[in-house]
Amino acid sequence: MTTQELKKMAVKVRQGIVESTHAAKCGHPGGSLSAAEVFTYLYFEEMNIDPKNPQDPKRDRFVLSKGHTAPGLYSAMANRGYFPVEELKTLRHTGSHLQGHPCVTHTPGIDASSGSLGQGISVACGMALSAKLTNDDYRVYTLLGDGEIEEGQVWEAAMFAGNRKLDNLVVIVDNNNLQIDGPITEVNSPYPIVDKFRAFNFHVIEVADGNDMDQIAAAFKEARETKGAPSAIVMKTVKGKGVSYMENSVGWHGKAPNDEEYEQAMKELKEVEANV
Amino acid sequence: MSDFKPVATRDSYGNALVELGKKYDNVFVLDADLAAATKTGVFKKEFPDRHIDCGIQESNMVGVAAGMAATGKVPFCSTFAMFAAGRAYEQVRNSVCYPHFNVKIGATHAGISVGEDGASHQCLEDIALMRELPGMVVINPADDIEAKAAVEAAYKHEGPVYMRFGRLAVPIINDNPDYKFEIGKGVTLREGSDVSLIATGLEVGETLAAADMLAADGIKAEVINIHTIKPLDEELVMATAKKTGKVVTIEEHWVNGGLGSAVAEVLSEKCPTLMKRIGVYDTFGESGPAKELLHKYELDAEGIYKQVKAFL
Repeated sequence: MTTQELKKMAVKVRQGIVESTHAAKCGHPGGSLSAAEVFTYLYFEEMNIDPKNPQDPKRDRFVLSKGHTAPGLYSAMANRGYFPVEELKTLRHTGSHLQGHPCVTHTPGIDASSGSLGQGISVACGMALSAKLTNDDYRVYTLLGDGEIEEGQVWEAAMFAGNRKLDNLVVIVDNNNLQIDGPITEVNSPYPIVDKFRAFNFHVIEVADGNDMDQIAAAFKEARETKGAPSAIVMKTVKGKGVSYMENSVGWHGKAPNDEEYEQAMKELKEVEANV
Repeated sequence: MSDFKPVATRDSYGNALVELGKKYDNVFVLDADLAAATKTGVFKKEFPDRHIDCGIQESNMVGVAAGMAATGKVPFCSTFAMFAAGRAYEQVRNSVCYPHFNVKIGATHAGISVGEDGASHQCLEDIALMRELPGMVVINPADDIEAKAAVEAAYKHEGPVYMRFGRLAVPIINDNPDYKFEIGKGVTLREGSDVSLIATGLEVGETLAAADMLAADGIKAEVINIHTIKPLDEELVMATAKKTGKVVTIEEHWVNGGLGSAVAEVLSEKCPTLMKRIGVYDTFGESGPAKELLHKYELDAEGIYKQVKAFL
């Protein structure tokens, strides 16, 4: 895909996030929107995947460690062809395969069940190690929230990945600076994030604007070229990005837009789409 | 009982893994800095490239095992029962059982027979915690022969399995040529008509000895070995309850949530029967030699005999 096409797709992914959380009347739009570019880039450019063969043992793996942002992942997967985009509206509904947090046994193409913060990165480490043990060349990607890295298990996993030089593993930190109870600096600051991952023997790639597709592309290229160490992409993003009233607003971490807010969000996103 | 030397089932675990490793190249063993104690060191020696020491991080180890299982390996996660079922409980629940990944957990040092390390390490709730989890199989073998058979059966079973092993050497009771291990199938070791003694793990040997003492008093006890607590052999439990009308469960576990509870759940719903649960009652363990503790907490043959007599 061209950068132009990827940018357009990121807007589509955002529309899916708004559609699905509006239909669910709950869910987590803020952190889904901040990571829309990453979801898009992974599923449309970076990962070696085939929606028609979601169990291919040679496929690249993705673990959404910050599992509450499933609406972003589902939207990227639907647009990529894993399931009809129309099904996004069934998010969190009884009987839907789109659970509130990703689940292997419900949704074809989900590689790990996640949602309990801090656990996904360990599972991603296991997948990356597994490839190393049998000389398989698939790569493993995992997306963490900046609040999530307050969990101790994240650093157990980071120590493990760094020590074992899992250079087929890419840890992405969505640094949107907000968690449920407020700014991460006020709750329990995980800063300096970059220094921490460096100290755990990661190759760290800083992205000044994680909502810029060109910067995202450059970061994943650098990660792919990195040998002998796992990569951590620490990207500054805007929580709620793309919907004016949600941007940088902690209140939109886990709240769905009502009918009026939905109309406004979709109007804004249609305008953005037209202007990409 | 046989003349074989007693063996701790943690040793059986390590030895069985070596045999499994020889047969199947997708077997991998994980440890959290306790390979010397979980007895997986023999596997590490034989297959250094298939042994992963995660260091002291049980939560991460369980997640790593989940990721390995997700990509086609059969990981055996090894650590003490306290840390496997306790510390890493939520990882076992959410990273392993929820996606129904094919992870095997080898939990050693279960129960009060850990001995001198004391209550912090004497896990008396792992059966309760693990048997709650949807899709989880829970096995508590009685001796060396059963423990080895359990490891092989766990490998062949598709899905998560929790295996409970002990630190204390226990006598061999299953050295008969017809011995067959089947997940979910209890074994009647002795027929009787006065009372049913349903035991698990190292308590099976103690219960057989207690049955001898009861026999000397003219009490014919039926002895049943429940090596698989989940799925429970409900048919066998109901059959013996109907036969004797009195059921005693014996386990090295808190009486809440373990074998006694599992049996009570079945009987109270389907075949109400007078019951006595033998186990540890609402107290932590303590330091001391394993056999002394089993005696103090009335979990040795003498203690079981006394409690069964009082119940009858």
